[in-house]
Amino acid sequence: MPATDPAIAEVSCLRYGEHEETARELAVDASLDVLEEAGLEGDELDSLFVANAFGMADKQGHVGPLISTAIGAPNVPSSTTEAACASASVAFRHAIAHVRAGMAETALVVGTEKVSHIDTMTATSYFCYGSDYFLEGGVGATFPGLYAAIARAHMDEFGTSEEDMARVAVKNHANGIHNPTAHFQKEIEIGDVLDSYEVAAPLKLYDACPFSDGAAAAIVTTEEKARAMTDTPVTVEASTQRGTIAALSEREDVTEIEGTQLAGQAAFEQAGVSADEVDLFEVHDCFTIAELVAMEDLGLAEPGKAAAMVREGQTKPDGDVPVNASGGLKSKGHPVGATGMGQIYEAVEQLRGEAEGPRQVDGAERVLTHNVGATGGTVTVNILGRGD
Amino acid sequence: MQVPRYWREQSERYKLVGSKCNNCGLRVFPRRSLCPDCRHESQGQMEEVRFEGTGELVTWTRVHEALSDRELETPYLMGIVELDEGPRVTAQIVDLDPEEVEIGMELESRFRKLGEASESGVVHYGYKFGPVVSD
Ligand SMILES: CC(C)(COP(=O)(O)OP(=O)(O)OC[C@H]1O[C@@H](n2cnc3c(N)ncnc32)[C@H](O)[C@@H]1OP(=O)(O)O)[C@@H](O)C(=O)NCCC(=O)NCCS
Ligand SMILES: [Zn+2]
Repeated sequence: MPATDPAIAEVSCLRYGEHEETARELAVDASLDVLEEAGLEGDELDSLFVANAFGMADKQGHVGPLISTAIGAPNVPSSTTEAACASASVAFRHAIAHVRAGMAETALVVGTEKVSHIDTMTATSYFCYGSDYFLEGGVGATFPGLYAAIARAHMDEFGTSEEDMARVAVKNHANGIHNPTAHFQKEIEIGDVLDSYEVAAPLKLYDACPFSDGAAAAIVTTEEKARAMTDTPVTVEASTQRGTIAALSEREDVTEIEGTQLAGQAAFEQAGVSADEVDLFEVHDCFTIAELVAMEDLGLAEPGKAAAMVREGQTKPDGDVPVNASGGLKSKGHPVGATGMGQIYEAVEQLRGEAEGPRQVDGAERVLTHNVGATGGTVTVNILGRGD
Repeated sequence: MQVPRYWREQSERYKLVGSKCNNCGLRVFPRRSLCPDCRHESQGQMEEVRFEGTGELVTWTRVHEALSDRELETPYLMGIVELDEGPRVTAQIVDLDPEEVEIGMELESRFRKLGEASESGVVHYGYKFGPVVSD
């Protein structure tokens, strides 16, 4: 049976940051935006995929039908996916699979999150539920704590310094300035990072992504239908997902995330391209150390060598290996259940040459997105290409 | 779910008790009914073991923002310890100043209050690690 190639027809993204609206309202706004872009009515959809990690913070589960109802598609099948910080990209893969299998011709994927109404301690607790709670969260290992443990081990093994990590934040903040959807549009210097308060040693405030509200959406459909909706469809050259042993303590090596290595290799194989043929990498930099580890796990640098590439400016939008032109989670923000779709939004903007100012990677033909749930229990990689 | 029973079971897990596979000798933490290496061959051969509680520090951090589920005093030190018997555990590190902490140092376990479980009010005990004091 010939598989149907899926494509992205349109995308939308609300500005990340603090919103008054609930997660459900944000999802509806982003969904209506993307439907309008695509010139579709809600009831023309065959499927709705919602991603959300902290729905219970709003005392509301089962949000799929609420969103489908609000967008004029109450009878369309909907489902909600939770995979911690990778929720949205896993939902995206459900849409890809449905289109490929012929179970849906046109699907809407929307990721949404709302956390600004809960205090930092409560939010930190919700995040802990995405770890192996008995082994990690339950003994006080918060997410900043777990990534700090990775950072400390990386420093010990490879001599990575706090300055090396700080440079990732400086670059990502510089990119975020040119991103109208970014939570922060604020230039920072290395000193600002090093002098910011400690969150989980050696990680400081500016090594961390913020808690953001936000939503992002896409219309996933067959290539043929996408072409009818837009002159600039985006093709899905690869979409992979792999896992890693959930608890850090049960892994042999805490300076790498095996799921990224595996999902990355599989994605390059699926797309039939090498990393050299990718023009931009939007990776999961929930903490600065995570960007360095992701670069190493994706094979952009040897283990321990990513910091040197950042230092040399190679990962800036005009460098050889641009990483996180959007500003990444660090500056664009991290509305957990929306983040993966936000990365796909950036990829589409870049492939269409529509990213603002110096954030645009010249002539971008192919973009890789990398989204991590927790410390790698879930990892997804997509390779997207220009379909025009 | 009955809250008290839930917490009792959880406390049980917070003792340094794991399993030994009598097929290959592998020790795992926490307890498992099957060996991750031998799988079905280890059926009925998993023996409960209590770890000595001594090991080496693999990595560590100092956490400033705790979670609301546990009444923890911040900041606190936390790390991953590789037990002498093999398995690794994530735990709080006590009785040490951050300046004294070093990857690779020997630590031993202490059985301590992990904090109050705020919602149920049940006091919660479990393992923490500190410098070796016994001979
Ligand atoms: C870093 C963190 C602890 C900061 O929380 P906080 O100390 O409560 O900070 P506040 O919300 O009080 O914000 C204080 C100021 O810092 C800013 N700020 C907050 N987080 C920031 C960040 N990550 N980077 C830069 N600035 C940040 C706020 O905008 C605010 O600025 P203002 O005073 O100008 O308004 C929190 O954002 C955090 O835990 N982030 C990590 C989230 C996480 O673990 N995600 C999962 C990844 S796997
Ligand atoms: Zn065995």
